[in-house]
Amino acid sequence: MNPTPGQTIGPFYGYALPYARGHELVPPGHPAAIRLHGTVFDGDGAPVPDALLEIRQAGPDGTVPTVDGSIRRDGTRFTGWGRCGTDAGGHYAFTTVEPGPAAPFFAVVIFARGLLDRLFTRAYLAADAPFLATLDARERATLVAVREPGGDRRFDIHLQGERQTTFLTFPRHGTHR
Amino acid sequence: MTPTLESQRQISAEIAALHAADRPARQPRLAFPPYRSSILRHPTKDLRPADPEGAELVAPVFGHCDVDPLEADLTVQHGGEPIGERIVVQGRVLDGDGRPVRRQLVEVWQANAAGRYLHRRDRHPAPMDPNFTGAGRCLTDDEGGYRFVTIKPGPYPWRNHHNAWRPAHIHFSLFGSEFTQRLVTQMYFPADPLFALDPIAQSITDPQARQRLVAAYDHDLSEPEWLLGYRWDVVLTGAHRTPVEAA
Ligand SMILES: [Fe+3]
Repeated sequence: MNPTPGQTIGPFYGYALPYARGHELVPPGHPAAIRLHGTVFDGDGAPVPDALLEIRQAGPDGTVPTVDGSIRRDGTRFTGWGRCGTDAGGHYAFTTVEPGPAAPFFAVVIFARGLLDRLFTRAYLAADAPFLATLDARERATLVAVREPGGDRRFDIHLQGERQTTFLTFPRHGTHR
Repeated sequence: MTPTLESQRQISAEIAALHAADRPARQPRLAFPPYRSSILRHPTKDLRPADPEGAELVAPVFGHCDVDPLEADLTVQHGGEPIGERIVVQGRVLDGDGRPVRRQLVEVWQANAAGRYLHRRDRHPAPMDPNFTGAGRCLTDDEGGYRFVTIKPGPYPWRNHHNAWRPAHIHFSLFGSEFTQRLVTQMYFPADPLFALDPIAQSITDPQARQRLVAAYDHDLSEPEWLLGYRWDVVLTGAHRTPVEAA
């Protein structure tokens, strides 16, 4: 069956989709908590203040949780999914833990006003994953979340241009052109 | 400096030229200049083919602790009845192999009957409705079915071009069984004269694919002296894992 087409998230999702602690996959006081954060930029290098990001990830043990509780977070259950809108400066920040060694990346999906369909990408913890070896150096660099002093990870997203983030298409996703 | 906004005639001509230019696409063209905001926000490099791995193969799970059944009725969130045409929007969420997406989250948001969103950046001088927020959630049932009771949203103006109006629509956010199936889209209403003028809807250049975003009026869903019914089914992209059926 052919999939239903996507459409832009538009400008007015802000009162509907974000919710309290959506960006806190673990509470900020968690002993292994880090921030996965960055800025979303447009083709002019201007920050995008109306983008929404979601991440999906494994926990430190390398398994991807399939437990509910992402919307009403109880502070104890790690669900491996989070949602965060960008602020006026185009910045987003998740509080989470790093996925375990068998699971080398955060899966990321991006929505924005002006973006007619969602974009998928990956924020890798290190540059040595097999998929990254299939990319050229510039593309590879866009998929690595840079480790900051203290352990936070910075993952900026460029929607277009010379510095564009490498976005992914998966089998069975059809084509946009 | 305020740039002069193009006319609808100019935008419609751009849309027609893009529709005629090459093979129709079933997904929106990410580069669709008649939608002016897309110009600086679409990727200019090709998407990279990848095989989904790890967390991409597993959708987040939502349950009854996440969603209250009352959140599926957008007309009961306040002390009184919202103004407008009461409707039900009902349908199924299927994956690309026609399998129902069970017990999964569906989110909606929309303008009120006057075309105004409860959003601080909506500057349309139309009335707010103190009895209508315009946001809802539900979980699909075992057949993939969802159902929202709401108010028919009004069309609203925007500043893409001169005299630009969005056709009436409800925004939908959907999940499948894999993270790769994530979908955000918009549902439109049948016979809306603004649909053909709208660069967002028309960014889907295949006319049949575009029509998939239009709900059908379904008199069997209408309830006497209460509401009118619309049916709209959603098909997600195909899954990659072999599904494990629950016993
Ligand atoms: Fe809208």
